[in-house]
Amino acid sequence: MLTILFDGIAYGMLLFVLACGLSVTLGLMNFINLAHGAFAMAGGYCTVIVVNRLGVPFALGLPIAFLMTAIIGGVFERTLYVHVYAKPHLDQVLFTIGLVFMAVAATDYVMGSSQQFVQIPQALQGQFNVFGIGMGKYRLLIIAVCGLLTIALQLMLTKTRFGSRLRAAVDDQRVARGLGINVGAVFAVTFAFGSGLAGLGGALGAEILGLDPTFPLKYMIYFLIVVTVGGTSSITGPFLASILLGIGDVAGKYYVPKLGAFVIYAIMIVVLLWRPQGLFARSAAR
Amino acid sequence: MIPLADDVAAYLKRRARWSPLEIAFWIFAFATIWLFPGKYLIMKDTAILALFALSLDLILGYAGILSLGQAAFFGIAGYFSGLVAKYGIVNEPVIALILGGMVAAALGFVTSFLVLRGSDLTRLMVTLGVSLMLYEVANRYSDLTGGADGLQGVTVAPILGLFRFDLYGHNGYIYCLIVLFVCFVIVRHIVYSPFGLSLRAVKGNGLRAAAIGIPVKWRLVAIYTIAAGFAGIAGALLTQTTAFCSLDVFSLDRSADLLLVLIIGGTGYLYGGLIGAVIYRFLQDWISTLTPQYWQFWIGLVLVVIVLVGRDRIGAVNEAARNTIYRFCMRLMPRPAARCRAPDRT
Repeated sequence: MLTILFDGIAYGMLLFVLACGLSVTLGLMNFINLAHGAFAMAGGYCTVIVVNRLGVPFALGLPIAFLMTAIIGGVFERTLYVHVYAKPHLDQVLFTIGLVFMAVAATDYVMGSSQQFVQIPQALQGQFNVFGIGMGKYRLLIIAVCGLLTIALQLMLTKTRFGSRLRAAVDDQRVARGLGINVGAVFAVTFAFGSGLAGLGGALGAEILGLDPTFPLKYMIYFLIVVTVGGTSSITGPFLASILLGIGDVAGKYYVPKLGAFVIYAIMIVVLLWRPQGLFARSAAR
Repeated sequence: MIPLADDVAAYLKRRARWSPLEIAFWIFAFATIWLFPGKYLIMKDTAILALFALSLDLILGYAGILSLGQAAFFGIAGYFSGLVAKYGIVNEPVIALILGGMVAAALGFVTSFLVLRGSDLTRLMVTLGVSLMLYEVANRYSDLTGGADGLQGVTVAPILGLFRFDLYGHNGYIYCLIVLFVCFVIVRHIVYSPFGLSLRAVKGNGLRAAAIGIPVKWRLVAIYTIAAGFAGIAGALLTQTTAFCSLDVFSLDRSADLLLVLIIGGTGYLYGGLIGAVIYRFLQDWISTLTPQYWQFWIGLVLVVIVLVGRDRIGAVNEAARNTIYRFCMRLMPRPAARCRAPDRT
């Protein structure tokens, strides 16, 4: 029981790191980015290449995955995404689904369609036993890393100048622009950073979520659930939503394995009916 | 009668008249039965895809609801018609087809209340969620649906007791084409009716539409239900003509491909789905013979390019092409003697 809770929290933390970039882009530019998972996949494959083929230590592989994905994200944002912000949602959906299809096929072409594994160091394998609860060391690491990241993000968002600019832009783009905030630049940086986080999440999660070319399609739904249920106006909303989702998913798969993800979708629909703006959104909707 | 009401009626009638180009289109569509006898299977798929796209166009192009879950209705009717045929509950394919459409419409009616709320993203998630839930349910009850192996052992009785589904898909294709045509005529009627006009108003501006007395909510419920019914008929057609139904009828790819079909052909335009289906299906066939494994990449590229170039620009090209062909056809035909005069407000 507690093991499930523990695994669920680890899973949820991972989902949060994967999805928080998406929640910011959605909140900031009202942009539906279905291709977010593709960046996560890029991070995962980047780690596979760097750690397995080049023999770089795992601890160094993670920052590399973050940086690489952030760069890819930044380049894509400046060259492709900027043209689509002002378009209707239908166009955004089409555009990003197109990107997903391309990413899936391209990865298949380059890396092959089989599942990839990251070699994690010996020290991280195995379990601790605390009061009879089995805790995987690797999952503990995930919780630690993701927890630290969450705190850092929260601090950055609330205490730094960039954070306040970002929040201003999310709240009201036009006024923020009027105050001399370069919303485009803020957005580009945020997008790159969010993609980087997704890449880091993909690298960390390769072990738990599995990594194959269909990754962006498989987990797209989960990211979107986190964002729609959590709301886009804060970082705590998506955080709580992803923890809930993580625990719900692990528990659901453990107790009613045959029903699979049904429980998750049902919960999502109920929540969206009850609070269309998200569970933790502020009531003052734009 | 008030003169204005007369004018409106005349205007509606004029709009609803079949243009020569449309007649030519359908003559050509039926001529394909004899023109391309070796291509029945792909043409049959195209006809089903066209009907499916038509159903999505009703809610996307005419009512402005963004949906990624049209596959739910396609799939449920597909399984329904497969099951009734397998267990011999309803043997007549045409009746099973209509029943399949009604089952899908019932599901559409129930779920329509879910999509009325929230923003585009919420709608997207809810429609997607519904089809994914059905996927899980179909997977769960694998003793009934066959699970991942698909529904096997479906034997479909001859149409009207006369026409057997043959191996070459000859009768199957004619059947699909006739169903497509009948559905198209019904959809055309709906779109050109005052009801269809009110939908356009709702799409244009829901608030104003409500202000002039259009019951926005019920119009959306109605069109969503109708569209679900047509999607269901398409799904049932697929099962009947292939005698097989698998879990991928519910997949996201199917809904996403459908959006692409509509975008290629143009939304909010009845022939958009039809033309889009033809182009898409042959494009897919062509690409997948070039690169069997990676055709998805090129489909993705087409999507990205379409968005970057701009749908409106592609729409403009379509429009220009249509006008040219129309003018060409008009020159060939003798002009109708009595043309309706423009409504003058006196």
